[in-house]
Amino acid sequence: MKQVVDLQQIRIKRDTREPVLEGLPVLFGDFDKNALEEAVKIKETHAAKVTVLSVGSGKLKDTVLEALAMGADEACIVVDLACEGSDTGASALTLAKAIAKIGAFDLILVGEGSADNYSGQIGSRIAEILNIPQVTYVRELSIEGNTITAVRDVEGALEVVKGQMPLVISVTSEINKPRRAPLAQILRASRKPLKSWTLSDLGIDPSKVGSGTSAIQVVTNLAPQQERKGVIFEGDVDETAGKLVDALRKEGALQ
Amino acid sequence: MTPGILVCSETDEGALELLTKGHELAKQLNFELSAVVLGDRNDKTVQSYFEYGAQKALVIPNSSFGALDAETYANLLHEIAKDNGPDILLIRSSRLGKETAGRVAQKLQAGCITDAIGLNVKGQDLVVDRYALGGNTISSEIIKTEKKVISIMPRTFEAQKSPVQGKFEKIDLKIPPQRIQLVERRKKLGESVNIESAETLVCVGKGISNKEDLTMMTELSTLLKGELGCTRALSSDYHWISEDRMVGISGKRCKPKLNVSVGVSGQIQHTVGVMSSKLIVAINKDKEAPIFKIADYGIVGDLYQVVPKLIQKIKSLGT
Repeated sequence: MKQVVDLQQIRIKRDTREPVLEGLPVLFGDFDKNALEEAVKIKETHAAKVTVLSVGSGKLKDTVLEALAMGADEACIVVDLACEGSDTGASALTLAKAIAKIGAFDLILVGEGSADNYSGQIGSRIAEILNIPQVTYVRELSIEGNTITAVRDVEGALEVVKGQMPLVISVTSEINKPRRAPLAQILRASRKPLKSWTLSDLGIDPSKVGSGTSAIQVVTNLAPQQERKGVIFEGDVDETAGKLVDALRKEGALQ
Repeated sequence: MTPGILVCSETDEGALELLTKGHELAKQLNFELSAVVLGDRNDKTVQSYFEYGAQKALVIPNSSFGALDAETYANLLHEIAKDNGPDILLIRSSRLGKETAGRVAQKLQAGCITDAIGLNVKGQDLVVDRYALGGNTISSEIIKTEKKVISIMPRTFEAQKSPVQGKFEKIDLKIPPQRIQLVERRKKLGESVNIESAETLVCVGKGISNKEDLTMMTELSTLLKGELGCTRALSSDYHWISEDRMVGISGKRCKPKLNVSVGVSGQIQHTVGVMSSKLIVAINKDKEAPIFKIADYGIVGDLYQVVPKLIQKIKSLGT
């Protein structure tokens, strides 16, 4: 799961169009919660253990509590300043090393993309590093023995596919509705096992990750230039509707 | 050896869009432009690749889309692109393409940017634009590795002819058996409409309180000779509207001439899908709703009063 700033609260500086990210609350993205919810649902019908894995900042210990309260059995977090600015390749490497440390697994569940960058690369890269298959954009999942059957959402069509575990699954938001953690679970969450690792715990050379090694150089990251007219009518319905229709006629938008 | 750009699309429509842009970049960078052809084809459509700038069409006879999964696709592209192969991969960012992009990038140890919405050569650099921070910003990025994998949003570029002398080249690749088996492919329920090509869109959101009220919205969109679109909530959560009408970061991205947003608050995950509209009109009762920030025209008011009035006024224009 990936810790992201609350995207709804991002302000844009008017003069420079830069986003203001300082001081924003951090949380897990919605697609990530769909992945966790599916894991917990599997646990409820099969004998399974659910581990949450996340790489992030110092606040991760608090963020991950929600995931534990939603039903994960344990959490493993990687917190290391050297990870900051990692590109998707370095992040996938860090996650893959952490997965190796966690040990045997049947399924790696991820969201279809992170809430902030939505690049969707992490699942693919982890599958490559671990040399296991991946099934993406899953909206229905069932497990029988070692075989998974999944309904994938591709453009305009649904695909039913079968594969053998272990594998990586990425889920869409249609797959479930993430539960709200019940209060009793929230209280209990802090007593669940939480392992916090640094890069050296994972045997990763800090010079191999982080902004210094990033394959991507960000030139600018600004809010799109808005050249909208911003003419907003208020007041009497008949009048405002009339003004809008007139405006659209002048724009040539009504035939 | 001339460095190359490789266009990878499982649809011909996508290949022509990417070839058009690829041709422009290839000229600027002095690269060679090739396109992958999945399956043993040299039909008229594939021949038209040359008219859109392809210098080579790389035919992979023992592959064909339909039975191809991302792992296999990535294996194929890796075989072509590794070592002295093309440096820049332009992949159609369909779901298959996007998944493949990450996999092939990992194989090539390459930097990768998915869902690109712009490609420009600045000096010696290829600058790639994509939405970031959930659509709040557009990030312009450079890939620093020699091999560069870029997946590009469908319909970002318009296909335009620029004929060159091109040739077919057959590549025989060993394709290992797929580890994921396709059991069945079925069409999604719904009327399979293509709202991406609509000239007018009426997008509805959670401001609509009953499914029955959609009749009124359809009337408005029909009157405007447009199509009905919606936010994720109305499709995925309420199931009032089929998914092929869902607009946003995980739905359709539309470029209509006119977009009328009704009862849409304007969360960025949705507005990304209408941002490229020529004209945006918003109707919402909440004056502070973010949708007004991206609107050309707006009415602050109850949609249940405003929309019937609009319908009446537009109808009276015609009489």
